[in-house]
Amino acid sequence: MSESVPRYWREIKIRERLIGSKCEDCGRITFPPRKVCPYCRSRKLTEVELPKKGKLLSYSVVRKPPAEFEKYAPYVIGIITLENGVNVISQLTDIDLKDVKIGMELEGVLRKYREEGEEGLIHYGIKFRPRIK
Amino acid sequence: MKPIVVGVGMTKVGEHWDESLKSLAVEASLEAIDSSGLTPEVIVFSNMMSGRLQVQDHLGTLLADELGLRGLPAVRVEAACASGGVAFHVAYNMIKSGIYKVALVVGAEKMSDTSTEQTTTALMTAEDREYTGFYGASFVSLNALAHRLYMEKFNVSEEEMASLAVLSHENGVNNPFAMYRRKISTKEVLESPYVADPIHLLEAAPISDGAAAVVLASEEVAKTKSSVVSVEASTVATDAIRYYEREDLLTFESAKKAFMNAVSASKIEKDQIDILELHDAFTIVGYLTLESAGIAERGKAAKLVASNKFTLSDKPAVNTMGGLKSRGHPIGATGLYQISELYLQLTNNAGKNQVDNAKIGVAFNVGGVGTTTSVSVLKRR
Amino acid sequence: MKPLREVGILGFGGYVPMYRIKDEEIANVWNAQTSGLPVIEKAVPSQDEDVFTMSYEAAKNAIARAKISPNLIRAVFVGTESKPYAVKPTGSMLVTSLGLDNRSLAAEYEFACKAGTEAFQSAIALVGSGMLEYSMAIGADIAQGRPGDELEFTSGAGAAAFIFSKKSKETVAFLEYSVSYVSDTPDFWRRQGQKYPQHAGRFTGEPAYFNHIISSVKTLFEETGLKPSDFSYAVFHQPNTKFPLRVGEILGFPPEKIKPGLLSPVVGNAYAGIVPLGLSATLEVAKPNERILVASFGSGAGSDAFSFVTQEALEEKKNLAPLVSDYIKRKKYVSYVTYALYKGKIPR
Repeated sequence: MSESVPRYWREIKIRERLIGSKCEDCGRITFPPRKVCPYCRSRKLTEVELPKKGKLLSYSVVRKPPAEFEKYAPYVIGIITLENGVNVISQLTDIDLKDVKIGMELEGVLRKYREEGEEGLIHYGIKFRPRIK
Repeated sequence: MKPIVVGVGMTKVGEHWDESLKSLAVEASLEAIDSSGLTPEVIVFSNMMSGRLQVQDHLGTLLADELGLRGLPAVRVEAACASGGVAFHVAYNMIKSGIYKVALVVGAEKMSDTSTEQTTTALMTAEDREYTGFYGASFVSLNALAHRLYMEKFNVSEEEMASLAVLSHENGVNNPFAMYRRKISTKEVLESPYVADPIHLLEAAPISDGAAAVVLASEEVAKTKSSVVSVEASTVATDAIRYYEREDLLTFESAKKAFMNAVSASKIEKDQIDILELHDAFTIVGYLTLESAGIAERGKAAKLVASNKFTLSDKPAVNTMGGLKSRGHPIGATGLYQISELYLQLTNNAGKNQVDNAKIGVAFNVGGVGTTTSVSVLKRR
Repeated sequence: MKPLREVGILGFGGYVPMYRIKDEEIANVWNAQTSGLPVIEKAVPSQDEDVFTMSYEAAKNAIARAKISPNLIRAVFVGTESKPYAVKPTGSMLVTSLGLDNRSLAAEYEFACKAGTEAFQSAIALVGSGMLEYSMAIGADIAQGRPGDELEFTSGAGAAAFIFSKKSKETVAFLEYSVSYVSDTPDFWRRQGQKYPQHAGRFTGEPAYFNHIISSVKTLFEETGLKPSDFSYAVFHQPNTKFPLRVGEILGFPPEKIKPGLLSPVVGNAYAGIVPLGLSATLEVAKPNERILVASFGSGAGSDAFSFVTQEALEEKKNLAPLVSDYIKRKKYVSYVTYALYKGKIPR
């Protein structure tokens, strides 16, 4: 039996396209999207798709994973500062641990995060890899 | 009117296979009730993960029943790892308001009931599920992001980062309630495997079971008791639930705010603090708390601890009974263990680790990655 | 076949995973000979890749070259035999992940290695009939080969996407003619629920691969009057290095016309993705006003043949996205053990 289907489905668009909120009043952008601006408390927020290129701010390696990720560890978790200054947290991919450096330039790509076993849904989201060009 | 701590109770912290969440909570509660000689009028239960780990909620009411106090008002407080301090804050306000005269605040957590992986999933509920948990982050890995950034930015060595764990263990040796009562060396810490690079196993507080309880009473009721520990301030502040959204990833704004408010409410000076209970779930949390509260200069906390500051003979002395690392960290109970340990110090009952003339003790209980901080200021009158 | 209105390729893009395993490495595991191996090395998808993620990246590259807003594309067809869900179309997932309009068609095509060009035919038809202005066809596969079987030496991975519109100044090439040729020929198949395919050894050659490609291409020559010398390039299905060169020889195409689109020596056979990838790679080196023959082969069996003619817009659109050669250059070798782990041959 799958984990929560509606919970997964609601966030697909936001996760796969990296959709955030832009405040019409103070101009600041947040991710994920929200109803109230945390900087000026305005309610005038619109959806905006975030750039996919960024730089690595910090990273760590998950060696003792949560239960649902047991088969996937170890993997690298990083905070990436996107080109527009907004931070996101994500996994890194297509890279060896020894090559991960703070400040490196990355780009977001769509990848599998995990499968809910052999029968359940497949979870997808953006991961970051070294830029190709 | 300042609420008074009239009695405390603690269980040993450890892996209690033959105890349940309920039995631990009852043990600590009865000890606190008996040592206070008072009957509570309200119960505040602090716990983070019972819904997932024990498939049990409604804990305040459950405990009232177990204590033979059916009918009592009861409430459960949850704020991740800050549950204890926040529960204490709730009870503090209940007494201060004058509506209740005696409150029992108890924190309990039974983490060994599920596998490490299941507990790791449960601990991640402290941070956003859909936009952090979804990506497979473990709670340790989030703190590791801060740990690495701190080392890079302030040029701090791995050895220096490990120093708070070494200090906590040094003190935990003499705490009969502590889970790990042995010293550890810096070398041992650095040779222990990574839980989430760059945090080593021996830099992370253990998964543990335990309960601690405190009886708070109004000044009026406490007059008849011999206790002399007053709560000068109890504050709570919060920050963005997703660590990556913080304006400054190396400041705990919530600790800064809660401490500032506690200082102004209690009218103490920083240099009057005799004892500091820091939330060293991970050593980085201890350092960022010290710096955010302005007790150590930015970027210097780890280096200070590494150069033997904050030991029992220093002022303030930090984690005098082992902190989270050595005493243990049963999540919902931790905040109340901190209060109980300060109480022992301020009433001259801390045994071998007694800090002479301890008058003012401050506890920082932190939930999430510096997401919620409660600060409690206790004073010997 | 020719559509009622002329159809062109508005955008195209490929994707090849980063990891590689050398055929020599595979041979050493099975104590097989290291001479006469069918390809040099093949692409290995990472554990977090599948046909959806590869299609997504190929599509993104195609959209970048098409220079249109994604929500104008109203059909997305994926040709594959390794879609992540047996029931739940990758196309629908692409509609959401790419930000396409919900008022779209989406479906998967299966015809072994020609499923990608199969998708081309339908995507072209929708535009050519005037039913849609923009459609997208993708060929993508993560080929599976049973451990120790011949197929393990060539089963690769990759994807390429093509966006079709009516022929215009913005299209990089237009379709001149297409032919499809099909018969019941059981050279390679996979039963429901089975993880690995079966193949009929040498029977996959002459009666299957060669017969169908020769038939579709000869039909195209007959119905158009075109001959090999009219073409600058020929992209053939490439289950190994030898077959496409041999069928080219039989049909009258010299190796230099075939090599730009011959990727399986370094990528492996990416099944439904390999001919679209070969076409992408060819477009990336072609000049305007050159004619390209594309002839796929799908086991079961069939072949789709196309004649495309490049246009001026190709020059400036080439570099709007990473080239197939950029992806091929980006490589990291893995051992057989890592390869087996990534391709799920070692259950966890």
